[in-house]
Amino acid sequence: MRMKRGLMLVVLAVLGACIPAVSSFAVSVTEDVPRGGERMELGISEYKNIGNKGKVDNPVTELDKDKQRKFTTDHTRLKELQGPFNSGPEVTRACLGCHNTAGHQFVKNKHWTWKYTNPVTGQKLGKSILINNFCTNARGNEGMCAQCHAGYNMKDSNYDFTNEENIDCLVCHESTGTYYKTPPTRGNKACAVMFEGQKPIDWVNVAQHVRLPARSNCGACHFFGGGGDNVKHGDLSSVLFHPPRDVDVHMSEDGENFACIICHVGEGHEWAGSRYNMIAKDEKEHARPKPGMERETATCESCHGDKPHPLSVKGLKLNDHVDRVACESCHIPAFARGGVATKVDWDWRTAGRLKNGEGYKEEGYQQGNGEWRHTYKSIKGSFKYAENVVPVYRWFNGVMRYTTIETHFDPNKPVEINHFTGGPQDADSRIWPFKRMHTIQPYDKGNNTLVYMHLWGNDDSAFWGNYDFAKAIKVGMEQNGVPYSGEYGFIDSYSWWPINHMVAPKENALACDECHAKQGRLKELTGFYMPGRDAPRWLDMLGLLMVVGSLGGVAGHGLLRILLAWRRKH
Amino acid sequence: MPVRKVRIFDGFERFWHWTQMALIFTLLFTGLRIHGVHGWLNFDQAVKVHTLSALGLMLLWVFAIFWHLTTGAWRQYLPTTNGLWPVMRYYAWDIFQGKPHPYRKHLMRKHNPLQAMTYAALKLLLFPAIWVSGLAYLFYNYWQQGVSSPWLYWVANIHVLSAYAILTFVIIHVYMLTTGGSFTHHLMPMISGYDDVELTEAELAYLEQDEPGRLKKENVSG
Repeated sequence: MRMKRGLMLVVLAVLGACIPAVSSFAVSVTEDVPRGGERMELGISEYKNIGNKGKVDNPVTELDKDKQRKFTTDHTRLKELQGPFNSGPEVTRACLGCHNTAGHQFVKNKHWTWKYTNPVTGQKLGKSILINNFCTNARGNEGMCAQCHAGYNMKDSNYDFTNEENIDCLVCHESTGTYYKTPPTRGNKACAVMFEGQKPIDWVNVAQHVRLPARSNCGACHFFGGGGDNVKHGDLSSVLFHPPRDVDVHMSEDGENFACIICHVGEGHEWAGSRYNMIAKDEKEHARPKPGMERETATCESCHGDKPHPLSVKGLKLNDHVDRVACESCHIPAFARGGVATKVDWDWRTAGRLKNGEGYKEEGYQQGNGEWRHTYKSIKGSFKYAENVVPVYRWFNGVMRYTTIETHFDPNKPVEINHFTGGPQDADSRIWPFKRMHTIQPYDKGNNTLVYMHLWGNDDSAFWGNYDFAKAIKVGMEQNGVPYSGEYGFIDSYSWWPINHMVAPKENALACDECHAKQGRLKELTGFYMPGRDAPRWLDMLGLLMVVGSLGGVAGHGLLRILLAWRRKH
Repeated sequence: MPVRKVRIFDGFERFWHWTQMALIFTLLFTGLRIHGVHGWLNFDQAVKVHTLSALGLMLLWVFAIFWHLTTGAWRQYLPTTNGLWPVMRYYAWDIFQGKPHPYRKHLMRKHNPLQAMTYAALKLLLFPAIWVSGLAYLFYNYWQQGVSSPWLYWVANIHVLSAYAILTFVIIHVYMLTTGGSFTHHLMPMISGYDDVELTEAELAYLEQDEPGRLKKENVSG
């Protein structure tokens, strides 16, 4: 039944795409699909489902012998934390009362500023500027997107970044699992569901139960980037709250049970390991760690060294790979493992179809853990998902360049949301695994630039609620003072996401044959010789000629001897 | 001149020959796997066996070179044109007429001129080509200097081409056992060490006097 209905929806979707008026599509759905099916829902929200819904994790946050820090303060007994508190900023004021430099530290960090200047390229990046090929832009949509800003009340682009009392200490530090964030503004009425049915936060309780960030803290946002579970990265999903050992050997409770901060080492509220500026090949002293040595990078090498394999014939040969192949390329055989899919394809063109004048969602993909994912949303368009995805492999030297709102591009080619260089002749490059995201998204047809869309707001132009690209783009560009030609189109875009998480146990690392084969994983990479893949045709033709020639020669010689011997006898 | 059964391949030489044979077959099998010709074992297993066999074979060669130099056996492979023509004529023509092989083994020339020349080429050209390219291939990381060197392409191709040439040698070498007598007639000397050798009176006297163990006891006359 489910299958049949799904098929019907696909057929209808195709039909709908051919019919210019979106309402006719909506009507035909009403007529043909029985009500009450779980596969289609009215309303547009999905964000109420972010965060860790299960047991809060209690990960290793320190690499000493007991694997837990021994704190000198029991926060439940601090008189400063006895309340009453009625809001987040009140709790923050109490935190900063004792931790009186934490605020100065944190306001410099990109979790707060949403700004980052790449020291290599000089490009100004960060969520406050960039456009991606998922929901596109946080800028101007802070009322929604700042649900994942580590601060309170970021309602728009004019935020006071000096007010330390708006820092959200709890989202990273609270340990009860009862703390949550909702979007700073309510948006269109269609989005009201995000604010409904939430249990009020017990501010005193959450303030008293703080600790170093666990996976539940970081994951509440980072596992849901792009607007849903594992949508964006592919290697960061809710599976990592409590991953089985075969999904992530470091974070599994059956493995090392590491918190994120074990690798993303931090000091003074700054953390190592940002994809904005990566270390593609770690050859510094910290790639040769000595016991007790301070680590300052999030690279594999900072713990495992740059000769990580054992002293054996195989181990030595594997160590020969380290300078050219990133650890992740072999040790993360696939991403989106463990039952949660990632979005791999997004088509904004279909966004805006309505059903009885209302936005709706369709479930069309059942992922490994049994849950259904939306394959269509009126607010966003159509999506495709994938699980256990074999990465795309590319040479990468760690320098990422972004297509920003200022970039003018050639509209005859797909837009590279981010792009990078590297190659076999570049000593700083290694072969890295990537998730490649494909999207068809709006752009400024006159100026050949990306666009800021006004998605969120309780007004007559926000796309989420009004479903009018022309208005949403015009207002989005105007609000941010970006020149707009007034004409939009849709363009193919790709974004590249380096894969670093979901490191498998060593017994599940890639077999050599996965790459050392003619049709192996690295078949697209050229410019270097790889055994098992690159033998030229002439070599084997020559070899064949020699072997077949000699076999034929001796066979002929022998046969002639036998024949002539037979003739001599008779 | 008397023809006697004389031990012409002593213990080390036979050990060297058969160990080398086993290693070459192992190397061919695993090498072709690495090259992608067949898939009868995993790539990493093939690389491991190939590397260990190659290092073993090179160790064997170190001993063999030492043996050749110290025993003077290297002189057996000195190229000569003396008697070369009849041997070539035999394989190209006389063999079809059922004529006997023109060459009789001597004590200091246990290989016929064509054989000696072939083995010399094998040892001085083909084997060095495969082990020099093989070592360069194996220790690639120590000379490629941080970037992927285009020379690896040639190193690998020379290595594979040498391997095809050695396989060609093996095919002809084995076929040659069937010529000029029975297969076992040619095979046995490399197993037992003894073969019929045309001895001068002086050589016979020398062997009887100084190396009686190299002469087979029973009286075999030509």
